[in-house]
Amino acid sequence: MEGNMNLKLKIWRQKSTSDKGAMKDYQLGGVSPDMSFLEMIDVLNDKLIREGDDPVTFDHDCREGICGMCSMFINGEAHGPNRGVTTCQLHMRSFKDGDTIYVEPWRSAGFPVIKDLMVDRGAFDRIQQAGGFISVNTSGRTMDANAIPVPKEDADKAFSAATCIGCGACAASCPNGSAMLFVSAKVSQFALLPQGQPERKERVLNMVKQMDEEGFGNCSNIGACEVQCPKNISLENIARMNREYLMANIKPEN
Amino acid sequence: MKLESRIPEGSLEQKWTKYKNTARLVNPSNKRNIDIIVVGTGLAGSSAAASLAEMGYRVKTFCFQDSPRRAHSIAAQGGINAAKNYMNDGDSTYRLFYDTIKGGDYRAREANVHRLAEVSANIIDQCVAQGVPFARDYGGLLDNRSFGGTQVSRTFYAAGQTGQQLLLGAYSALSRQIGKGTVQMLNRHEMLDLVVVNGKARGIIARNMITGALERHSAHAVVLCTGGYGNVFYLSTNAMGSNVTAAWKAHKKGAAFANPCYTQIHPTCIPVSGDHQSKLTLMSESLRNDGRIWVPKKKEDVEAIRAKKLKPQDIKEEDRDYYLERRYPAFGNLVPRDIASRAAKERCDEGYGVNATGEAVYLDFSSAIVRYGKAQANVKGLANATHEQLVELGTEVVKEKYGNLFQMYEQIVAENPYKTPMMIYPAVHYTMGGLWVDYELKTTVEGCYACGEANFSDHGANRLGASALMQGLADGYFVLPYTIGNYLADEIRTGNISTDTPEFVEAENNVRQQLESYFKTSGKNPVDYYHRRLGKIMWEKCGMARDEEGLKWAIAEIKKLREEFFAEVRVPGSMQGMNPELEKAMRVADFIDLGELMCLDALDRNESCGGHFRVEFQDADGEALRKDDEYNYVAAWQWTGDASKPNLVKEPLIYENIKVQARSYK
Ligand SMILES: Cc1cc2nc3c(=O)[nH]c(=O)nc-3n(C[C@H](O)[C@H](O)[C@H](O)COP(=O)(O)OP(=O)(O)OC[C@H]3O[C@@H](n4cnc5c(N)ncnc54)[C@H](O)[C@@H]3O)c2cc1C
Ligand code: SF4
Ligand code: FES
Repeated sequence: MEGNMNLKLKIWRQKSTSDKGAMKDYQLGGVSPDMSFLEMIDVLNDKLIREGDDPVTFDHDCREGICGMCSMFINGEAHGPNRGVTTCQLHMRSFKDGDTIYVEPWRSAGFPVIKDLMVDRGAFDRIQQAGGFISVNTSGRTMDANAIPVPKEDADKAFSAATCIGCGACAASCPNGSAMLFVSAKVSQFALLPQGQPERKERVLNMVKQMDEEGFGNCSNIGACEVQCPKNISLENIARMNREYLMANIKPEN
Repeated sequence: MKLESRIPEGSLEQKWTKYKNTARLVNPSNKRNIDIIVVGTGLAGSSAAASLAEMGYRVKTFCFQDSPRRAHSIAAQGGINAAKNYMNDGDSTYRLFYDTIKGGDYRAREANVHRLAEVSANIIDQCVAQGVPFARDYGGLLDNRSFGGTQVSRTFYAAGQTGQQLLLGAYSALSRQIGKGTVQMLNRHEMLDLVVVNGKARGIIARNMITGALERHSAHAVVLCTGGYGNVFYLSTNAMGSNVTAAWKAHKKGAAFANPCYTQIHPTCIPVSGDHQSKLTLMSESLRNDGRIWVPKKKEDVEAIRAKKLKPQDIKEEDRDYYLERRYPAFGNLVPRDIASRAAKERCDEGYGVNATGEAVYLDFSSAIVRYGKAQANVKGLANATHEQLVELGTEVVKEKYGNLFQMYEQIVAENPYKTPMMIYPAVHYTMGGLWVDYELKTTVEGCYACGEANFSDHGANRLGASALMQGLADGYFVLPYTIGNYLADEIRTGNISTDTPEFVEAENNVRQQLESYFKTSGKNPVDYYHRRLGKIMWEKCGMARDEEGLKWAIAEIKKLREEFFAEVRVPGSMQGMNPELEKAMRVADFIDLGELMCLDALDRNESCGGHFRVEFQDADGEALRKDDEYNYVAAWQWTGDASKPNLVKEPLIYENIKVQARSYK
């Protein structure tokens, strides 16, 4: 009743990790251009539930592009056709009446499907646990926050790297299934800040080691990750991480 | 039930220090034998879990998202307050304390708020040490901005992603502990009951959301850091999953629920665009540093704008009503949220709303853009810069400060806010009410604690901007780790707690029965249908303006809704495996009960204060009218087994240091 767009949806349906899964067709009317993509799926799910079908399962929470939960391949692109936005920020005005839209989960060895469009991104947490932190206790009795000035340029770059939302679009878009953009964003944030210096070497070594163990592929500088990243995380971070990694390996500990 | 606030003796400034000096300790070898469950991994939960694990306790942590990093705190935008006085503008611990009490309309506890102000500076030190990339100035030092209800700049920020950066900091501390094996993290697990054994919280029942299995987890103490309940209104700025279930289950097991009706309606959110709407998006309060709020002065201009015959840029300066600056000259656009929201509602109710629904006002950056442009031109030595150049330079500055917010706005509204003023309207944002806690953050159930937005503790009837992040981290890093020891000192001989006791069995069976009940009905409508209806009742009758008649009507409607919900909701699938509709059904059932309690609380409070505005109680200028001699208390509600007949217990608020007076921002 609200909108007048009609869409043909082709959505990946998979009951569980072990299920094979397949694309399924749905016809959906009443879509308004002001709806977000996820609200369009809400409308579909409302219809499916009322008709006695199983609704489409997908991850989402904040619906404003910051939590990193939403994760869909839309017409073959992570987070859909627009650059610099997440799936939840994509609006139906980016599509036309009569369009056919393909919706699939992240496809990556590191992200097994849980159900339908929902995947397991636990690998990212484990990479973080391997070294994505500064080992400072939470007593609050550190030094005064303004004791070490940080050049604005470094602070800004560290911040840009730190805006990664951990969505996984980079690894999912990479033909090699590499998670380098995600890992390098964290490594860069700390490498750029004075606080990150003491553990600089172990951090990059440990995080890269964990990344490899999780089954992500190697980076061959294709750059698909940067294009699909909803937060415009720059490839520069990968270059920086490569340098960090080399240095950590070359310089002997003493 | 008797409420013991356990506020330490002594002068306000000395209470926390004295408390810490005398609280009992648990020695390191004993800590290794003590289990603590932390539910929630937002700022409060992540910081608490990391700190407790560092201290040596065995910690288990739960969240319903797929990673602790995705807790709703991640979405916080504008900033975090701390009394650092880096700006040298007269800030101090006392001022932060005073502003918070006044901002809360004199409905918060002095001792708790003072402690919050005391530890605030440590938070910034801690976060910087963790590598949180706060905004800095060209000298490399930390920058600050202003938030509402204050006349100093004490808000630290990281562009419009402060919550993200703080949470990732706490998440990194938590990750470090998980890596060490001191914290066991259970993602995609939802707490569905609190287990109480002999009057003490001893564990929880959680559902593994992937397999559907019900699990029993035991501990010597349970800490609830499960966030706020704004989603009772269906539409709010909260994340879709934010819910009251954990707190509500604790409430049903004996934890009093305090001030449920104190809801914060945030003045600057993107207006509702249609019936499909699933959530509302905040435009951070920090924007009020630079944005000016207005509506046209003339009705004919309003009509022309609605008919798209005029653009806001076409309205001449003298034909604009900057109503906040007009009504509140001392604070202008930076009045507290409750006041700014009501003022927007007043203008829109009078017919001055600027969008098709009549529910929107402008937030305009044009003068800030020119002002910043001039400053930049001076810095760059461009003495004869044209207006276009100034706009270009100023736009860059604004972009740096708020770029991601402007991008979010443009995505949703499809209009460029650098060029056309934003349209905004108030929306539900935060809940000051929550589980009642004493000075130690303990609920009325022994061994059950509540931190962050889940408790009612520090914000009275209205929270000041940038103070929730402060409170969450203060609770988790610096308060709870001390206070919980005072309780656990008695638990060193308890030993492991079995999950085979009748209390665990019964709790699990209860949860199973509730879950199963959803599959018995044939069902008509999906869960959201009922949730939306509940939200509409709450928004219309228990939202920005409340009155006796409306609240009574709402209570009757909620009762009807509850019956319909249980008789007719349709939940697809089964208890096994991933089932988001089942999760939602469990949450909405609790929201329905909570909604009724909120209305009862609002009805009991025959005064207006902060976010609670009873139409019957206002002065000639439409300002909230408090009744201190009758209502200067915390309303703590006790569960009686009947959601419609809760028991009210009052904790009187005693002001020894601040003079209670009418709040004025004029
Ligand atoms: C859009 C937005 C912007 C904001 N901006 C600011 C700001 O600039 N400054 C400021 O000070 N405040 C801001 N706030 C408020 C602030 O973000 C929140 O009050 C605060 O982050 C709450 O933190 P928390 O740790 O208490 O809870 P949350 O971050 O909400 O975390 C709740 C946690 O509990 C878990 N959980 C809940 N229920 C269960 C259950 N049953 N079982 C298992 N786990 C459960 C969740 O998984 C989650 O991990 C903002 C709020 C919003 C909505
Ligand atoms: S780098 Fe970009 S695409 Fe990869 S996880 Fe971070 S935000 Fe997502
Ligand atoms: S739902 Fe949070 S980023 Fe999309």
